[in-house]
Amino acid sequence: MEISILKDREKQIVRKGKEPFKIACGKQSIAGSVSQRACVFCGSRVVLYPVTDALHIVHGPIGCAAYTWDIRGSLSSDNELYRSSFSTDLGEHDVIYGGEKKLYNILISLIDKHKPAASFVYSTCIIGIIGDDVDSVCKRVEQEKGIPVIPVHSEGFKGSKKDGYRAACEALFKLVGTGDTSAIGTYSINILGEFNLAGEAWIIRDYYKKMGVEVVSTITGDATVSDIRKAHGAKLNVVQCSGSMTSLAKMMEEKYGIPYIKVSYFGIEDVSKALYDVAEHFNSVEIMDKTKAMVFEEIDRIYPKILEYRKDLSGKKAAIYVGGAFKAFSLIKALNLIGMRTLIAGSQTGTEEDYKNLSEVCEDGAIILDDSNPAELSKYAIEKEIDLLIGGVKERPIAYKLGFGFCDHNHERKEALAGFVGMLNFVREVHSTVMSPVWKFTRGGSV
Amino acid sequence: MIAKEKNDPTVNACKLCSPLGASFVFKGIENCIPLLHGSQGCSTYIRRYMIGHFREPIDIASTNFGEETAIFGGRENLTIALDNIIKAYKPSVIGIATTCLSETIGDDVPMYLGSYVNDRKDLVIPKLVHVSTPSYKGTHQDGFYATINSLIETIAEGGEKTKTINFIMNLFSPADIRWFKELSECYNIESIIMPDYSDTLDGEYWGEYKRMPEGGTKIEDIQKMGRSIGTIEFGNILSEKGGAGEILESKFGVKSYGIGFPVGITNTDYFFSLLESITDTKLPEKYRKERGLLIDSYVDGHKYLFGKKAVLYGEDDLVLGLASFIRELGMIPVVIGTGRKTGLLEKVINEVIPDYKSLNISIIENIDFEDIGRIAQEKEADILIGHSKGYKVARDLNIPLIRVGFPIHDRIGGQRVRVLGYQGTQELLDRIINAIIEKKQSDSPVGYMAM
Repeated sequence: MEISILKDREKQIVRKGKEPFKIACGKQSIAGSVSQRACVFCGSRVVLYPVTDALHIVHGPIGCAAYTWDIRGSLSSDNELYRSSFSTDLGEHDVIYGGEKKLYNILISLIDKHKPAASFVYSTCIIGIIGDDVDSVCKRVEQEKGIPVIPVHSEGFKGSKKDGYRAACEALFKLVGTGDTSAIGTYSINILGEFNLAGEAWIIRDYYKKMGVEVVSTITGDATVSDIRKAHGAKLNVVQCSGSMTSLAKMMEEKYGIPYIKVSYFGIEDVSKALYDVAEHFNSVEIMDKTKAMVFEEIDRIYPKILEYRKDLSGKKAAIYVGGAFKAFSLIKALNLIGMRTLIAGSQTGTEEDYKNLSEVCEDGAIILDDSNPAELSKYAIEKEIDLLIGGVKERPIAYKLGFGFCDHNHERKEALAGFVGMLNFVREVHSTVMSPVWKFTRGGSV
Repeated sequence: MIAKEKNDPTVNACKLCSPLGASFVFKGIENCIPLLHGSQGCSTYIRRYMIGHFREPIDIASTNFGEETAIFGGRENLTIALDNIIKAYKPSVIGIATTCLSETIGDDVPMYLGSYVNDRKDLVIPKLVHVSTPSYKGTHQDGFYATINSLIETIAEGGEKTKTINFIMNLFSPADIRWFKELSECYNIESIIMPDYSDTLDGEYWGEYKRMPEGGTKIEDIQKMGRSIGTIEFGNILSEKGGAGEILESKFGVKSYGIGFPVGITNTDYFFSLLESITDTKLPEKYRKERGLLIDSYVDGHKYLFGKKAVLYGEDDLVLGLASFIRELGMIPVVIGTGRKTGLLEKVINEVIPDYKSLNISIIENIDFEDIGRIAQEKEADILIGHSKGYKVARDLNIPLIRVGFPIHDRIGGQRVRVLGYQGTQELLDRIINAIIEKKQSDSPVGYMAM
């Protein structure tokens, strides 16, 4: 069946070629589309979710809390409080008469019960509309209970997921600067935008430790409130997932003079670069030597195995559709390393510059997409005869119904894909789906 | 009893919001696309939640409210959304469900739709079916029932009576819905099954892209529902205004029979006897035999289950059916819990288990998983029966979880879980017994190879 593209969407799709690169993005999704994007609340919720010893309360009717209960693969080394879903579960009565009193009572009783180090209060769509003054409720509870109670202004309709990231960064920024930094050394960093999915932050922290670099906080993977409070004591912010955390890095630069660099931990090339960039920043021969030794050792360990997989995967064709464009960029490089071609690359929230960079690493004819939907992804996957789609759970059935492989690279994944060991896991996963014999049946024996 | 005071939080909810229920029903109508009128997150979250269970592509469109939309109203977005959906999907029906946002700002959706249709008199446009589903009112069940009612109200017509039977589904698995198709064939009766998402949410491999999967209840069939010989509607606790069966009865005189879920022997017997009397057809040999096999396995398994304490949670009518079934084996449903709040559960349980008080059974509405965990521990439950969100409780208590209902996010095959009819009961029974045996076997230091 011919799949048509809505006219209003045409400018958000680019075929790489001789024409100068131009893409429309950062737009609100058009009404009636089946966008893969979520909302402001989603952006805030995924960023703050891994703060382990905070009480996360979703203020609104039940849906938003129910759908985000324990949704991420973020692990904790201690407190498990963050994995519970707390909701004010507003009913009709509350919508008519306001939910402030209920929110207040619930905050008091939950704080008494769970003794959290802080609380985040997420406003969902209707909170502003029914006129709840969440800020003043938070302030009051903060005074009474003596812990930070931070409102997160994440009404779903007030922008896109990116605005939710910003709201989360603003909430985090309220904690930063309130802790004791006296014990923090010269070679110290914060890891921003790393969410400890399947223990990835632990892998990365271990690399830095081996290099002789102190990690003050990981924001927000396996983070505690006290880590975040003293984050301003670090001498460098290392920002991954730049879409979600750059605004926090900028705020910290402005207020505390902490410089930041953008990195990615996906793929051998990018993770090595991330570590070297940090070593270079500190301008210490000792750190650089340790980094080199570690990177060589890590690569030595995994590279021969990766080459084995490369034999099978070389020449296979991939499509990437992920939340942020920065990740897509790393994935393309990682795929290159195993000889795979990326013919479709897109994201929910990229900027024009992101897409331009993406197109530069893609081959001619590759399709670059902003805020795509199942119909478009299918159309181009069929056209390009894709062997693998990298995306999240919402994209998985598209791949499976069309009959090609899928790799989950979203925040729900349970496999560590970051770091050197993560690269090997990634290649294994790609191999296990692309080389599966099941496609023999789906494609009528054409494989 | 109702679990919560007015100012209590809900901790780890045992319910979902009403637009999700609406989406389920709209997915069960042929060539229908659900459209949620509100923020983008609602449709994305609901899609993700349903995809995690069904593992199928699930398109649910959104009117994508922005800040201006919330200030000036959702009319323009709704209009653009309808235009775009018609262009992209060419559907026969667009199912428009509201969300808490569009309800709270007071969007008059029926009026918007009326003028949308009026402005396009010369064009063929799909049927537009609206349902009001603010998530601050009721749960996904209420959204499910309200949507069925809305479809019937909007589409069903009267006329000369036929011999067809209407089966109005509850939140059944695709496999259980297929069972109604199979038995209609076996009985050689005409039936209309509504909603029918057995193909749309559990489809074959495609090999190409389909904007709307094949299957679902046809519009023509919903039209004909007003002329059927009778309606069997599953669920004892439907919507405030009554179920769709009652609408068909009061509007078109189609006799309505509201019954519980046919789980267990008593309930399934009742269902078949009703079917026999409406259609004047004897129970086919196939089902007579299935019944005999089921009784045989009740006997084979009875000692493993007698006195075992189960926690049942999920939709009220599901737990009601399950409670009735496990009582047939001498198990005790120490907790019968639902996230919904109607004030009716205890009354209907009383009809099925009149001695529930002396059995120390807690019947709890508006329950959440914090309550479930606490009470299950207090009562030293042996097993949990419900959807996959009970996993943490089961893990903490180190007792088995039998996954039934929606959602099942941590196993494959949620769409194929059977509980209805003699055979569905048989499958469920085997799973319960085997879980109890497995627990005993693995807890034992001996390593028995025969149990």
